[in-house]
Amino acid sequence: MTALLLKGILAAYLAGALFYVLYVFAQKTVLSHTGLATLGAGFLFQTLDFLIRYQTVGHFPVVTFQQTLSFFAWAVAGGFLLLQLRFNLRVLGALVAPLALCLVLGSSLTPGEPSLPKLSHQSVWLPIHVISVFLGNGIFALAFLVSLLYLLQERSIKGKKLGFFFKRLPPLHRMDSINYRCLMVGFPLLSLGMVSGSIYAQVSLGSYWRWDPMEVWSLITWFLYAALLHQRITMGWHGRRAAVMSIIGFLILLFTFLGAGTLMQGYHTFAQPGETS
Amino acid sequence: MNLILVGMNHKTAPVEVRECMAVATSDASRLLSEVVNHPLVSECLLLSTCNRVEALAVTRDPERAAGYLINLLARNHGSDAAALAPHFYVLHGRNAVCHLFRVSSSLDSMVLGEPQILGQVKDAYRVAVRHNASGAILNRLMHRALFVAKRVRSETGIGSAAVSISYAAVELARKIFEDLSEKKVLLIGAGEMAELAVRHLFRNGVRDMVVANRTFERALDLASQFKGKAVLMEEVEQRLREVDIVISSAGARDYVITYSQVQGLMKKRKNRSLFFIDIAVPRNIDPRINELPNMYVYDIDELQHVVEYNLREREAEAVRGERIVREECIKFEKWFHTLDVVPTVKNLVDWAEGIRARELQKTIPRLGALSSEQTEVLDAMTASLVKKLLHNPVTFLKRDRRHEESTGGELALVRRLFDLNEVD
Repeated sequence: MTALLLKGILAAYLAGALFYVLYVFAQKTVLSHTGLATLGAGFLFQTLDFLIRYQTVGHFPVVTFQQTLSFFAWAVAGGFLLLQLRFNLRVLGALVAPLALCLVLGSSLTPGEPSLPKLSHQSVWLPIHVISVFLGNGIFALAFLVSLLYLLQERSIKGKKLGFFFKRLPPLHRMDSINYRCLMVGFPLLSLGMVSGSIYAQVSLGSYWRWDPMEVWSLITWFLYAALLHQRITMGWHGRRAAVMSIIGFLILLFTFLGAGTLMQGYHTFAQPGETS
Repeated sequence: MNLILVGMNHKTAPVEVRECMAVATSDASRLLSEVVNHPLVSECLLLSTCNRVEALAVTRDPERAAGYLINLLARNHGSDAAALAPHFYVLHGRNAVCHLFRVSSSLDSMVLGEPQILGQVKDAYRVAVRHNASGAILNRLMHRALFVAKRVRSETGIGSAAVSISYAAVELARKIFEDLSEKKVLLIGAGEMAELAVRHLFRNGVRDMVVANRTFERALDLASQFKGKAVLMEEVEQRLREVDIVISSAGARDYVITYSQVQGLMKKRKNRSLFFIDIAVPRNIDPRINELPNMYVYDIDELQHVVEYNLREREAEAVRGERIVREECIKFEKWFHTLDVVPTVKNLVDWAEGIRARELQKTIPRLGALSSEQTEVLDAMTASLVKKLLHNPVTFLKRDRRHEESTGGELALVRRLFDLNEVD
């Protein structure tokens, strides 16, 4: 059942990616609608997959690196579907769908971990921590992608080359305000994720803060996004600078997740889930 | 039955000729009522815009009808038909249809893809309908023409990009700000071109403007036109803090707005975006301002480049439009041919035979076991029913109508009456 679902998820995200990329070139709304529908189907399959796994393992099923990658994809796709309800940003699908596809593909290629970490998975703080962190990550990923598009569009306007991208990309203001909204939603989620994580650490390990690499890097990301939010609100920062900061913030986030999560030693490290030093 | 189109456009006639050929709306009514009473022409439509005068007609004698229509159009302005003849083109059948489709899709316009022509074609059709000059053939043809125009517009990018400087400026503003309704415009210098740009911006949602001009009187004048505010040139820097779009066309020798000036304003403006449209020569706005974050500067040459680029794009799109036109033209021609007597009779007979066969197939099994003689009798009976029912319609269709005008209309009516399959 889950193997079949995984195939379904991969197929749906692949189709979504293809339709959206075709849409960027051919500009036919029927393509973007199909892309949206297939992406939505992938999202539903993933939701179903989580529910089934929750049923079978009996605890919140996002613990291993493999599972978090897939959950990340779910958050990115879900965030995009929500965005699409409110704003017209179809072109973004051409980046979101491939990203979701890569994340699920990465997850399916990562070897599974049969032994469960020794940390308590029964605490309610674990799902709160994981869900808020990855919803936040998903939203910051969207901010990252929309910032890339912003820079591309700004370059064509400032460089006075009103060709392929100028016509296809949305107005600067729309992309900037989406970036802002992502920050407004992503930042509280990231904060909640860090607070709930430290409570969870207190509950299961006996201390709130252990200077674990992932904790440190998360704090750095948090400060960066906090600074960006502050500058936006007080100084009216927007446009290029905000886009560049969103891109840097997400890259650090990605490094925190991938680098600190797998390479460095710490109790967050996925590969040795039980090790708490 | 034949379709012809006679006319002249910007490619075949210079403006001096076109302007005197233009048909005023009141004249169009008079001409149309005259045409529909003419024995040669059974349906007719007149299209007159600043770039073309055309008459489209359904007739059984294309040669004579063409001569008659050219005469009519020339006479309308007291000109001599012979002198004007070289400017006219006469198109028959498929060529006439293609031309009409091309015109309505704005592929034949002076500015490719301009949107007005579709409305003008619609109006022309409305006038023809009002004078009962449009019958079965023109009705269908005009509906197809409007459909083709829509297809070309939605399937190609022919009308998508701006092809005038002021439209290009508006297009850019919309790509920067998206919604212009809360934006404020500052006009420096009150030239005609600047005024045009402001007019376009207002049409696209802008509601608030400030004008600064050397002659304050002219500033007041323009401000009152747009319900804006007139200020002195000395106040420009002050005003720069609150506006979002600056259009400058002042006849100054030096930059009216400098880099350091704008740089100093960034904080006071809370970093809001500012779009400078500099249509003055020599330039009024320091082009280096474009390098500042969220500041965009376009001068007249750059806008002109945008326009030229868009025009080339339109030409490329026009080729795709042309393909759609040909496709639709062939479809129309197929339909037009069904208006011949022979295919109509055949379709009618096929239709009736189809019903007979289906009903027989349904009925025979329900009658239980039948001998082959009984089946034959049933078959003969239904065949004779069909034959008798169709006898009168078929004779009506096949009668000699060399001396009648509007076979096309009758055939079209018969086809609609029996819902005979049309080519779509």
